Amino acid sequence: MKYDVNKNGYYGSFGGAYIPEMLYPNIENLKKNYIKIINSPDFQKEFTELLRDYVGRPTPLYFAKRLSEYYNTNIYLKREDLNHTGAHKINNTIGQILLAKRLGKKRIIAETGAGQHGVATATVCALMGIECIVYMGETDMKRQAPNVARMKMLGAEVRPATCGNKTLKDATNEAIRDWINNPVNTHYIIGSVVGPHPYPDIVTMFQSIISYEMKIQMLQKTGKDSPDYIIACVGGGSNAIGAFYHYLENTKVNLIAVEASGLGVNSGKSAATLVLGKPGIIHGSKTILMQNDDGQITEPYSISAGLDYPGVGPIHAYLAETKRVNFKNATDSEAIKAAYQLTRIEGIIPALETAHALAILEKTKFKKNETIVINISGRGDKDMETYIKHLTI
Amino acid sequence: MNRINNLFINNTKNILSVYFTAGYPNLNDTTTIINTLSKSGADLIEIGIPFSDPLADGPTIQNSSEIALKNGMSLKLLFEQLANIRKTTNIPLILMGYLNSVIQYGVESFCKKCKETGIDGLILPDLPTNIYVDNYADIFKKYDLKTIFLITPQTDNSRIKYIDSISDSFIYMVSSASTTGAKSDISEAQQKYFQKISNMNLKNPKLIGFGISDKKTFESACQFAEGAIIGSAFIKALTNSKSIEKNIENFVTQIKGLRPI
Repeated sequence: MKYDVNKNGYYGSFGGAYIPEMLYPNIENLKKNYIKIINSPDFQKEFTELLRDYVGRPTPLYFAKRLSEYYNTNIYLKREDLNHTGAHKINNTIGQILLAKRLGKKRIIAETGAGQHGVATATVCALMGIECIVYMGETDMKRQAPNVARMKMLGAEVRPATCGNKTLKDATNEAIRDWINNPVNTHYIIGSVVGPHPYPDIVTMFQSIISYEMKIQMLQKTGKDSPDYIIACVGGGSNAIGAFYHYLENTKVNLIAVEASGLGVNSGKSAATLVLGKPGIIHGSKTILMQNDDGQITEPYSISAGLDYPGVGPIHAYLAETKRVNFKNATDSEAIKAAYQLTRIEGIIPALETAHALAILEKTKFKKNETIVINISGRGDKDMETYIKHLTI
Repeated sequence: MNRINNLFINNTKNILSVYFTAGYPNLNDTTTIINTLSKSGADLIEIGIPFSDPLADGPTIQNSSEIALKNGMSLKLLFEQLANIRKTTNIPLILMGYLNSVIQYGVESFCKKCKETGIDGLILPDLPTNIYVDNYADIFKKYDLKTIFLITPQTDNSRIKYIDSISDSFIYMVSSASTTGAKSDISEAQQKYFQKISNMNLKNPKLIGFGISDKKTFESACQFAEGAIIGSAFIKALTNSKSIEKNIENFVTQIKGLRPI
């Protein structure tokens, strides 16, 4: 497929593995083995069974009748929020823990922003009885406290990242440093389509189950396997690539990725990487990132801890460059409004991240006969504290 | 001749390379630190370009980078500070930093500026050998910038030989699997690793770095290589110093065990 990673680890000019020598053996080992392991029958059997019986897949594709009436169009929700642990993140962690086991690794590390990836990692580690350490920005530990508690109950050690803005970028730096210090026994479960090659490809493979199911479900429900639009939010971009993947070569499907523009794209408090960024290196990958003229990475901002990231996965940088995906953005307040709307009209409380994707409904005019799928990447339980503050809206 | 090559032709023992972060502790300390190190008996200097996200660095260098950036350091300013450095010292100078700084400055402009300034080599930990060979080797060579690569206890023999083959100055032997500033004595396992490399008869000289912090660790490292690199321990010595010059002099004297000339 033309949007897949090439043999050198790049998507167009983006991607690669810009890693210190200390990580070279680990990355080489992954590179040599991941495709063989993932495609092996015993891996596929275990992966498929766990997704079905443990995670609860396939997730429903739900026709949102009242939301569709309100916008006078046809809106379907891909219910990743109904996965075990409450988000799409577990698709990837199930896959990666099975990969780690086959690589003989005894210790797992992960970074997390909103805590969903941390919880999903802690969950699979509990399931497999493997030691788990999750790095999380100190700021995020405060704003996503319920997820910190869940990780601890699951037996994971949550280590605060205390440099920079103390958010997702800083947690990722700490996880990479841990891996440098523990290169032999440890596997790093990256939570998004970021990081050095082959991570973006690994995470894409595991998340692509979302659009794989979507095709089958669309056909069953509408007689056509493809919608006119698919909308997903983007921090690093794992739920978006999952929702887009099997439609990338079907150009009749409009793909919309929604970044967080915080207090406004030009407010200086934003995470709209594709608008504000330029090419550079972040976390071992060449991609688009927010940075100043001196190449220092800018501190991003979003109300949503999962979108609060100054880069975007290299596959998304390529999809934006080739114009296959249309990148839009939504502010904090647009997201909060959209979350309340979905909750009141459909009885579904979405994650703050997902709310950014939903906000596009208000900003785009869709036709009566068009079909739209919105990827409901996660549920909003973890965001109750933030939502309650805005109850008067 | 490139000053790094020249150094290793004339010296094969007890070479002391010192790393510091430009812009730390104060924005304008750069030339003072270089000139004092040079006078005090250091053999080689690695000037750190501060970066917002130094992945391979431990807390000490992270902290110094953060303060340097707060002080207002940038690569552009660093080149301005170094503009006349070759009028005062002939010590080999290496810039050490992360690839993103070089890319944003512009690779060719960066190399040109290095050449004008009298920079002899580069250590860019997140520039892996394959990307270097494919995209950077020619342009770095054009401006006579030697690129120094790291090897670690996990690097296998064939890769060590490969790194030796694409290197033309020295090899940076990382003493243990860690970020910078790890504190340890030199263990038996490390000695074995050093001995193994020593027995490989590589064409490039080697300097041992990471975890070298004092006279004792420096001397044990020097048994297995041409010399050693000190970074975090030097940064700590600069912290809270009343007189930077005095601190640097004492630091180098203690490590090398000789009086400054």
